[in-house]
Amino acid sequence: MAGATSFPLHSQRANPRRATGEAACVRWILTGITLVFLALFLLLPLFVVFQEAFAKGYQVFFRAFQDPYTLKSIQLTLLVAAIAVPLNTVFGLAAAWSLTRYRFPGRSFLITLIDLPLWVSPVIGGLIYVLVFGSHGWCGPLLKELDWRIIFAVPGIVLATVFVTFPFVARGLIPLMQAQGIKEEEAALSLGANGWQIFWRITLPKIKWGLLYGIILCNARAMGEFGAVSVVSGHIRGKTNTMPLQIEILYNEYQFAPAFAVASLLSLLALVTLALKTYAEWRAEQQLAAAARESEPETT
Amino acid sequence: MGKRFVLPGFGLTLGYSVVYLSLIVLVPFSALLVKTGSGGWEHFWATVTAPRVVASYQVSFGISLYAALVNGIFGVVAAWVLVRYEFPGRRLLDAIVDLPFALPTAVAGIALTTIYAPNDWIGELLKPYGIKVAFTQLGIFIAMTFIGLPFVVRTVQPVMQDLAADVEEAAACLGANRWQTFWRVVFPTLLPSILTGITLAYGRAVGEYGSVVFIAGNLPFKTEITPLLIISKLEQYDYSGAAALGFVMLAVSFLILLVSNGLQAWDNKRKGIA
Repeated sequence: MAGATSFPLHSQRANPRRATGEAACVRWILTGITLVFLALFLLLPLFVVFQEAFAKGYQVFFRAFQDPYTLKSIQLTLLVAAIAVPLNTVFGLAAAWSLTRYRFPGRSFLITLIDLPLWVSPVIGGLIYVLVFGSHGWCGPLLKELDWRIIFAVPGIVLATVFVTFPFVARGLIPLMQAQGIKEEEAALSLGANGWQIFWRITLPKIKWGLLYGIILCNARAMGEFGAVSVVSGHIRGKTNTMPLQIEILYNEYQFAPAFAVASLLSLLALVTLALKTYAEWRAEQQLAAAARESEPETT
Repeated sequence: MGKRFVLPGFGLTLGYSVVYLSLIVLVPFSALLVKTGSGGWEHFWATVTAPRVVASYQVSFGISLYAALVNGIFGVVAAWVLVRYEFPGRRLLDAIVDLPFALPTAVAGIALTTIYAPNDWIGELLKPYGIKVAFTQLGIFIAMTFIGLPFVVRTVQPVMQDLAADVEEAAACLGANRWQTFWRVVFPTLLPSILTGITLAYGRAVGEYGSVVFIAGNLPFKTEITPLLIISKLEQYDYSGAAALGFVMLAVSFLILLVSNGLQAWDNKRKGIA
């Protein structure tokens, strides 16, 4: 089949559609506008981060990471991501399973709820936890009695991060699992497999690239979240400062080179995220196409 | 009905999801609603219509509209070029479009501020013409354009990819020139997705904090955004005031969501007819 279709496809590409293409000059102008727009808004900021990080030389760059407060902030960021990402991965799997395998009342409300953090301001994501756990909040007096700190402490940062990042795994999985259907799972069930066996042996291999895609985005956001975390953190140096907050403090103290040095680490993370995401997206599409090909004989 | 529940795990997965969402979302949001109401209607109204707050609405809701519209125009051009034309580096450029999703907002914030500050990079080039970008409303516009950039491109791109070539060919055969074909045949098909993308970009820009707060300068009545006012109210322990502003932002975001869902439904309906 591949051999039969590859030839005409190839010749079509070699001979672009003249009647429905633009004149060369229009093409150049549009391409030029795009290049300038994307270069100005995307490539230049990225370039500036690395340029400013190394502007005062390599020594200044590396000395930035000897600052104990900066090191602490890196540790805290890793810790928060290590808690928030697994929590949200389990939630994403559970939510995607229940939303794509069953029909029940309130299903569309649940889907809207999962999207909520994507359309509200991150500041609101921090605000709601302050209203519950802050000193003048709902649980404030109780927490004071127990001497537990949630706001201006690590638990609050984790909560705010969990809130901002919980949609990503679920949203990566729902369309994929919806499209793949449940035929294989039903077959496994009829052969006597139990729920966990079906999940580990049938579903997980089918969705692994979609899952990875979601986890990557969730992790990038968890490590880079600023607005929500900034509300609940209290900015206590060496204690409740994550990397983005440390960048803010350094920048506001005019320590530009160290600020950009920390920023360059997060930019590197963003670039790796983009690369992995593009790859996982491509593999997930392949899995989807494979699922579509398998179901084809039945539908035609 | 029974057949839909063949697979095991319904109770476990749905139960877990509902409990998780209740703890993370529903309980805290009910706190927001209760706190908003706790000060009484008059206090709420006085808080959300205070002159400084109203000025911040103009900045947050007004400038993000301009940014979303500019993204609408350039986003369509970029999507067109990325889908239709072949040039070296196209795939790389396509992947980098998602950068504003992946780059932490604080990093974007300090990078944009450095680029447009009066003595750096582009800021220095614009200085002789008397154009100030950083610490003005223009700077906020730049940051909001950056943050909303992927939305239009990513919503329009799949629709462009699925455009049937034969419709354009038919238009060309019937004597339409390229511009007529685009304007009368291609553009109406793209319109719902363009509007959806603009709405999404608007929604994101309205609530944006990290990338805006550095470049904004945060002068009351001029370059102060509503999310920043929420934070400053919290710092003064004015919880009901912060909740009131949070409620207003939530209501506006909800309206934007309704519009974007409506647009998507319109798009699906049109696809169904075609």
